[in-house]
Amino acid sequence: MIPTTWFLILGAILFSIGVCGVLTRRNGITIFMSIELMVNAVNLTFLAYARQFNQLHGLIFVFFIMAIAAAEAAVGLAIFISLFHHRETIDVDEANLMHW
Amino acid sequence: MLNALWLIPAAPFAGFVVNGLFGKRAGKSFVSAVAILGSLLAAIFGTVAVFQYHALYPHGERYVDLVYNWFSSGNVGADVAFQLDPLSVVMLLVVTWVGFLIHVYSVGYMHDDTGYFRYFAYLNLFLSEMLILVLGSSYLVMFVGWEGVGLCSYLLIGFYYKTDYAPAAGTKAFVLNRIGDFGFLIAMFLMFAYFGSVDFARVSQLAAGGGVEPWLLTAICLLLFLGATGKSAQIPLYVWLPDAMAGPTPVSALIHAATMVTAGVYMVARSNVLYRLAPDAMMVVAVIGGATALFAATIALRQWDIKKVLAYSTISQLGFMFIGVGVGAFSAGVFHLVTHAFFKACLFLGSGSVIHAMSGEQDMRSMGGLKTKIPHTYRTFAIATYAIAGLPLASGFFSKDEILASAWATPYFPTVGKIVWALGTIAAFCTAFYMYRLLYLTFDGKFRGTHEQEHHLHESPSSMVVPLWILAILAIFGGLLGLPEIFHAPNFIGSWLAGAVPEIPGAHHLIEIPAGSEWTVMIVSTLIALAGWWVARSMYKDKQLDTDRAIEQRVPGLARAVENKWYVDEFYGATVVGPLKQLSIFFWRIVDGIIDGIAAMLGYIVAGIGDLLRFFQTGNVRNYALMLFAGVVVFIWIFT
Repeated sequence: MIPTTWFLILGAILFSIGVCGVLTRRNGITIFMSIELMVNAVNLTFLAYARQFNQLHGLIFVFFIMAIAAAEAAVGLAIFISLFHHRETIDVDEANLMHW
Repeated sequence: MLNALWLIPAAPFAGFVVNGLFGKRAGKSFVSAVAILGSLLAAIFGTVAVFQYHALYPHGERYVDLVYNWFSSGNVGADVAFQLDPLSVVMLLVVTWVGFLIHVYSVGYMHDDTGYFRYFAYLNLFLSEMLILVLGSSYLVMFVGWEGVGLCSYLLIGFYYKTDYAPAAGTKAFVLNRIGDFGFLIAMFLMFAYFGSVDFARVSQLAAGGGVEPWLLTAICLLLFLGATGKSAQIPLYVWLPDAMAGPTPVSALIHAATMVTAGVYMVARSNVLYRLAPDAMMVVAVIGGATALFAATIALRQWDIKKVLAYSTISQLGFMFIGVGVGAFSAGVFHLVTHAFFKACLFLGSGSVIHAMSGEQDMRSMGGLKTKIPHTYRTFAIATYAIAGLPLASGFFSKDEILASAWATPYFPTVGKIVWALGTIAAFCTAFYMYRLLYLTFDGKFRGTHEQEHHLHESPSSMVVPLWILAILAIFGGLLGLPEIFHAPNFIGSWLAGAVPEIPGAHHLIEIPAGSEWTVMIVSTLIALAGWWVARSMYKDKQLDTDRAIEQRVPGLARAVENKWYVDEFYGATVVGPLKQLSIFFWRIVDGIIDGIAAMLGYIVAGIGDLLRFFQTGNVRNYALMLFAGVVVFIWIFT
């Protein structure tokens, strides 16, 4: 059996890639994909532990996270569509109305 | 009906709700129909309840209809409950039926007014609150009605809100009433603190049970009386009532003559057990009543506004009622309350009819000679004047006489009683004088108004004349309710109200007036009233305004002082209102300045910090994300 540590390392790598994506990318959709990456990295960690301890809690958490990620994607995409309507772009640096 | 006493105030309240919500869009006939139905239903419900009550409790026991428990906490509590007993029966009948008549009269009087629906909505609300006041079974429920009628009084005094004097008069009435209410509230707190209840019967029972310190009863009684001086316009808080004449005239008749202003008398009569155990407080009531009766009567001697004369007359008559309840003749006080409701409502409505005919003119110097122009108004007015002047065999004669005889014979404070009697008798002379002066100046002599006004003179519609006649008849025959003992006739109101004045140990019960002094007092008051009438007749019937001019030439200082109401308003302005204003300005400019300065300084500090922190708000999403992750890293670093 694959040791749990490997899953955790993979999760950490995926999470770090996601963080870097969120911080460096300017395209809204790409940022979104990076966030999904982070979320799934966390899911992977949950599943790894669920498998190790043979318990259901982790699985249930993952279901919830997936549902929330789906809802978040729906809302986020709607925001970007609306942003595109107004600005003809989804570059997040352009959306800086909150600027002082 | 008895197990649903709440329906009596609910009927006019429903009228208020309907007219208040839909009256603006509905027609005038709809509004008046709803309003009159509301008051008529209250009157019918009330009368039915009275008959049922009398059949069940012929000896005047107390009947209580509990609606629900308002609050109860430990051994302190209060109920929302209505009650019937002989005293509330009398008030209930007077309030509902006089109220109904004035509703009918208002239909004619307010016909051309733009605020028609508003007027009737307020009037119905007033009736409802007044019924809560007289039917409540505890001081607390009474206080609800007490404040409610105060509100309606305020709204109706300021009814012509586009003028500059009416809203000011409303505010004045409200503020002076608040001063009185303060006394009422403190009295209730004392009752809660020492008796744990504000129920009328419970408080009376505990007070009469002994073991209560005398200072407590005296304090409660004096504080309650402070409330009464506000609501019933007695010295020192009477100054709002003359100004209250800024409202429509039927309002002056209903609220500021017949019903609301008598609430204080009702309250003192209702608390008669407390008062009889605190004779010092009774003496204060009687002396204040006597002083007010005389003082207000002197002011009325030289007023030009027809409604102002009646207003001061009302204050003076209320003083008589307080003499009655103050010397221990509770049924006499309430009897005068009833007869006064009849003749003063008739007088006010009559003055309204005069003002209506004069196209809004209220100054008697522009009137005169109206006798033939508005004959029904004249006759009813003359009848009511006869009654209020205390001339023989009309209602005011019997009630005023009973009060004065009781003051003479009071067992509580015989010497002071004689002084109060003297004050009342002089006031009775003034009453006859100023009322006949009013009658002669208005209806006799030649017309002094403009040609246009003379052309427009007309008798009022029947919706106004019929209530006038009903009230005039009541003003004449109302006295039969309470014939004095020496006539060997049944005194209905006296024996009826005896049930509301229970016998208690250590206090006097009903006042026994010896037949000799009763005759003496009666003859003296009759002569006094006749003298007042005769003097007024010789001075004003033919000479009219010349007399007033002659008086002004002979004693200019005195004439001006009386005309200006003894400068009481100016005195209050200089001693109370002015300093209060100064204090308010001090608080506004100085104290508010400091508080505002502190508040503003806090604001500047926050704004300054914000100025520094706003550089973090770059508006760049990735910057925010970086801060977020940095924050998470810091947290994890700290917690591990």
